[in-house]
Amino acid sequence: MNAVAALAANEFRLGLRNRWVALAVLLLAALALALALLGTAPAGTTGVDHLTATSVSLASLSIYLLPLIALLLAHDAIAGEQERGTLLLLLTYPMPRWQLLAGKFLGHAFVLVLATLIGYGLAALVLWGGSASGLTIFLRMLGSSLLLAFAFLAIGYAISALCTETSAAAGLALAAWLGLVLLYDLGLLGLLVADQGDWIGSRTLPVLLLANPADAYRLYNLVSLPDSAMLTGMAGLADQLALPAIMPLLALVAWTLAPLVLAARLLQRRTP
Amino acid sequence: MSGGVLSLDNVSKRFGDKRAVDGVTLDIDAGERLALIGHNGAGKTTLFKMILGLLPPTAGDITVLGDWPGCDRARKHVAFLPENIAFHRSMTGREALTLLARLKAVGTKSVAPLLDKVGLADAADRRIRTYSKGMRQRLGLAQALLGEPKLLLLDEPTSGLDPLLRRSFYAMVDELAASGATVLLSSHLLTELEARTDRVAIMRDGRLVACGPISQLRQEAALPLRIRLAVREAERAHVAAALNGQSINGQTVSLSVLMADKMKTLHQIAAFGDAIEDIELIQPTLDDLYVVAAGDGVDGSWA
Repeated sequence: MNAVAALAANEFRLGLRNRWVALAVLLLAALALALALLGTAPAGTTGVDHLTATSVSLASLSIYLLPLIALLLAHDAIAGEQERGTLLLLLTYPMPRWQLLAGKFLGHAFVLVLATLIGYGLAALVLWGGSASGLTIFLRMLGSSLLLAFAFLAIGYAISALCTETSAAAGLALAAWLGLVLLYDLGLLGLLVADQGDWIGSRTLPVLLLANPADAYRLYNLVSLPDSAMLTGMAGLADQLALPAIMPLLALVAWTLAPLVLAARLLQRRTP
Repeated sequence: MSGGVLSLDNVSKRFGDKRAVDGVTLDIDAGERLALIGHNGAGKTTLFKMILGLLPPTAGDITVLGDWPGCDRARKHVAFLPENIAFHRSMTGREALTLLARLKAVGTKSVAPLLDKVGLADAADRRIRTYSKGMRQRLGLAQALLGEPKLLLLDEPTSGLDPLLRRSFYAMVDELAASGATVLLSSHLLTELEARTDRVAIMRDGRLVACGPISQLRQEAALPLRIRLAVREAERAHVAAALNGQSINGQTVSLSVLMADKMKTLHQIAAFGDAIEDIELIQPTLDDLYVVAAGDGVDGSWA
């Protein structure tokens, strides 16, 4: 396991050096602070504290931004090593191939954790007024955001292990982002309208939502944050979905593990 | 087989219809230095990848240190220097070598001495993106030396190195072989391999067309020895006619002699006494041998 630790430390250092961390922190902090400082004014009279309101706003921001940052970081992981010619040498070293994958993944995951903690943490520091419930909600949002980021990092790894060129991996990563974050919901909406409640009921809908990591994240923040339903205007939906809060989190964990297993299998079969 | 570090038994690799490696049988013992020569596409790199366990052979068996290629034990003791080695460009030389030492679980104490050994001590903390090709190649050599490997597979190891570095590279290879490591290297710079390898294996179109010590291959190929004589002007025509040689530019007499007739011809030359002012014996080079063995349309006779 020393190999995993060495690879993770190296990937993290390269992440810092290549300004990935700096870029992600800057992006997340700028948007989080903008939401925090500008977006909380309307909540002033609703009795919701600022951190809670911002947590809900950040949840809707994370759904677009974190998958994109994770995919950008991951698409190069394997395909880039192959394209640069560094994979050939690495695969002759005495470690199982999955350790190469695990080490790089952990390094990239640390990069995302650091960037998210600093970026969103800044917003929390600015806004936290001492309310314990506000803080709990913020921490839940933060934790689930990290799970969302890991899931898309893993999807990026599977894509990177599938492609031999980084340009192809980048294209596929973008398509995955577009499909899962934007188009899936539109498709689902279309399906619901066309179906008119004949087939897709309160049992099928949660499954369809959990089948997409972005929706699983949305669902968690809808179900678990008591105020968010009110804030996002979807108070009715949360009640209709009879779903324990742990399910979306489990779905996100599954969305991290399954693509990683797929990536490991693809890497195992690869000839550098 | 006993004592064999590497054993290839009728190994073939096919990519679709193309036979990249075709029925190669080769045994290499501990401490041996074997050079694999052949032009691009002859199958050298494919053979290396199979020995490393990165490509499964289509047919035949490979044994590395008594084990199957690519198993943990084999990878622990086999070092590889790929042709055109690449490293992550934003790492420094020291970081790259330290990471690889950790991956090989050999400890990082050897990193600084190895960087020193390949002449990169001063550049160790510079980013690899600023390295020249020769420097990257030397860093590649340093990683191949990590953990005192028992078998070194070096694919075109001296490309990009200047003559001085090439010399120190071969000194390192000698040192390694003397300490019992086996070295299998591929090269197309044939002349530099003379006297620096124990055996030469020549590949062409995936097949092993010759394998043995250079002296033996020379003998088998029956390449003629070239003798160039400086002869006193008055006797030049006479000497050329008597030895069945050619007079070149009216200055020297040149003749081709089979190895078996070498001494007889030398005695004949000695009989001319003072008429011969100088004598030069030109051994067939590895290049000549390669041309004959690889069968590039040359029939072995050369003038």
